[in-house]
Amino acid sequence: MAANPMSQFDVYRIGPEIKVGAFDISFTNASLFMILSTVSILLIFNLGSKKNSILPNKIQLLAELSYTFVSKMISDTAGSKAKPYFAFIFSLFMFVLFCNMFGMIPYTFTVTSHIIVTFVLAAFIFIGVTVIGFIKHGFGYLKLFVPSGVPAVLLPLIVVIEIISYLSRPISLSVRLFANMMAGHTMMKVFGGFVISLGIVGGWLPLSFSVALTGLEILVAFLQAYVFAILTCIYLNDALNLHH
Amino acid sequence: MVKKIYFQSIFFSFFFIKEALAAESGGMPQLNPEFWVSQIFWLILTFGIMYLVLSKLILPKISNNLESRKSQILENIEAAEKQREDSDAKLKEYDEIISKSKLEANSIFNQAREKALKDIGAKREVLDKQIDNEIAEAEKEIDALRKNAPDKINKIAIETSSELLQKLIGAEVNNSSISAIVDDLSKRNGDKYYGN
Repeated sequence: MAANPMSQFDVYRIGPEIKVGAFDISFTNASLFMILSTVSILLIFNLGSKKNSILPNKIQLLAELSYTFVSKMISDTAGSKAKPYFAFIFSLFMFVLFCNMFGMIPYTFTVTSHIIVTFVLAAFIFIGVTVIGFIKHGFGYLKLFVPSGVPAVLLPLIVVIEIISYLSRPISLSVRLFANMMAGHTMMKVFGGFVISLGIVGGWLPLSFSVALTGLEILVAFLQAYVFAILTCIYLNDALNLHH
Repeated sequence: MVKKIYFQSIFFSFFFIKEALAAESGGMPQLNPEFWVSQIFWLILTFGIMYLVLSKLILPKISNNLESRKSQILENIEAAEKQREDSDAKLKEYDEIISKSKLEANSIFNQAREKALKDIGAKREVLDKQIDNEIAEAEKEIDALRKNAPDKINKIAIETSSELLQKLIGAEVNNSSISAIVDDLSKRNGDKYYGN
């Protein structure tokens, strides 16, 4: 059981089965880690914003650095028009980051390693950005699919490609995060398995790999949260400032 | 030798692991839709609550904190700038006072010197006048004496001559005739005796 590198992604019910109509909304280990992530985010940022001292303490510094980091990221990629969406992108970044990081603790469950979770997030972003685009520009938003400066002969082809690339945004966004998380955790599990099966003689090599991979995976956990947030900003930028 | 055993053991263990994994692999749990609805439900619930709390309560507070810190730092810098300007102004004032008092001291010294010079001049003038007056008076006296001198001499000459004549001749001589002779003589030789 434990040797199977995919068993870490199993979702299982905690407590009784809860059913609303035909839907099963039981509390699972995935739900547990979503709650853990959100509660720790709220706790940290609540502590970090409670006191307003001129010289911030560590937790306040952490909260304020994250705030300025995300706000700079948004203003750099999507400009000042994206300010109303700051709270959403901040929540998104923090949620993905904390879920990824919680997954790095041994014996935990990684919420973002499930395609359904990342896909729901990505689909929400996709639909939201599209709605914002149509509200801001009306049908002019369709100009997004018609890049300027393209020869008329190539235009039908380009428009088709643009539409496909636009529609594949939620898929690429969700699969990127899910696949990164799943691959990294699977690989770590496999190397961990090697350590056990090779024993005291041969286990040192995969163990050192495992250590290195842990560092790499922490980096990836941060990087994927960052990429997720920054791609959201870029999509938002397309919707807010129609450039083509 | 030890090295060889080490690498062989690594090499062979791969086979065992592969077999062990192949026996247990049962596809990806992610693609099992059993708990999809539950995950979506809990995701929306937790993310929604977190978004609401962050956007309504926590993020405004953080941005407030950042703003207030920024403004306070700016205020402090402004106050420091103002104080610096104040001290510059005070320094200027101080310099001015010093240069002013130097000028004043100079002018007081000059005034004192002028006054002293004036005093000296006035006193000298008074003295000069006095001296001049005295000289003039003396000259007048001398003039008067000089003017009277011929008359007196004439008179003396007349009296002496008359007495001489009386002794010599023994007769009274008319004074008026002697005086006429003396006048005549003195007129002729007066210049020789008195200069001018």
